[in-house]
Amino acid sequence: MMGLPQKVRVKNWHPPGHVRAPMYLRGKTGEIERELGPFGNPEELAYGHEASRRRLLRVRFTMGELWGAEAENPADILEAEIYEHWLDPINAP
Amino acid sequence: METDKIHRWHDMGGQPAGEIKREEHDFALWEKRVDALQVLTSGKGYFTVDGLRRVLEDMGEEAFETMSYYERWVQSVNQNLLEAGVYTIAELAERMEQVQARGETYGECAGSGE
Amino acid sequence: MPHDHHDHSHDTDGLSPSGHPYRPDQDHKLTRWQAMEIAMRELLVEKGIVTAAEITETVEQMDRRSPADGAKVVARAWVDPSFKARLLENGTEAIRELGIEPGVLKLIAVENTARTHNVVVCTLCSCYPRNLLGLPPDWYKQRAYRSRVVKTPRKVLAEFGLELPESTQVRVHDSTADMRYLVVPARPEGTEGLDEAALAELVSRDAMIGVATARHP
Repeated sequence: MMGLPQKVRVKNWHPPGHVRAPMYLRGKTGEIERELGPFGNPEELAYGHEASRRRLLRVRFTMGELWGAEAENPADILEAEIYEHWLDPINAP
Repeated sequence: METDKIHRWHDMGGQPAGEIKREEHDFALWEKRVDALQVLTSGKGYFTVDGLRRVLEDMGEEAFETMSYYERWVQSVNQNLLEAGVYTIAELAERMEQVQARGETYGECAGSGE
Repeated sequence: MPHDHHDHSHDTDGLSPSGHPYRPDQDHKLTRWQAMEIAMRELLVEKGIVTAAEITETVEQMDRRSPADGAKVVARAWVDPSFKARLLENGTEAIRELGIEPGVLKLIAVENTARTHNVVVCTLCSCYPRNLLGLPPDWYKQRAYRSRVVKTPRKVLAEFGLELPESTQVRVHDSTADMRYLVVPARPEGTEGLDEAALAELVSRDAMIGVATARHP
């Protein structure tokens, strides 16, 4: 999917059902902090299926990116684990 | 499209919320047993922690606000075990009736548990 | 520090050894959910899916786990820089060195310093490093903490009694998937003479979640 480090944007998907990409991160841009996994895809495991394996990535967001003017300190950081199929790479110009 | 967004209740990050209540309590034996049944049956492959969460999420916000943690868990573990075909609804109903007929309290109805 | 678990000399009526009220249990009227637990457990045992001994052992294992395990890890990291490096590199493997079996736990340890403060949450449910710290506190599972700490961590930390200067960067870790998090608090000043066991006594559960600092001796 991508090399490291790289900017990514979390997909702005809103499907029903069990997913692990939190709403407040969807559509937001961050940097890959480290690569984890692969792990079974929870979107399949939750329904009792044999799950495909997906890379899991820790993504680092700034509070400024997530909350804009409402951020307490825009340079503070939030990190979360996001499966690769929820991430779009943002290529450097 | 904003109108396509579905905000599910359990997805709480960044939502408005009140003060953090710091009281704590220890878990009762029945709650620890629910936890143990989840650990054991998911560990043996009957369902996954994702299945546990999926049912908890589908129970909805009112369940979260009105029932305790392990009251919700026991329902989710049960749902997952039913889906896995471990026992039937009739078996569960019959056994619950027997359990409730044994006495008034958890201690009386739980048998030895060993 | 009302929620730390270091005073085991309680003899107060109605409180557990850790100083918390017990939930209604044995002596209260059987609830529907308790009846369900009993019925499910009996069916699982009769069908040979689990044994009664396994259930008892799992409950006992749950009771044995406590923040003391995590505190041992932190104290070792304070006294042994090479262990700390291994812990920060691969937490899951490093805790094995202390005889702690991670089981299903996949651990990332993050270090607090003068410039960085880490705090852990699970906004989607209540993921917690149970194999290392025991069961999570009630507030960790509540809506208030889960909603607010990702947006206003400084305000939340201040409510826990922790005022951070602007020069300290806050890093919030949302346990959204398979990893669990341990905060390694900064070692307090004036602890040079203390041995590992005494150091571990300074490390509370809340410090390892990131809502407190380590105690001063």
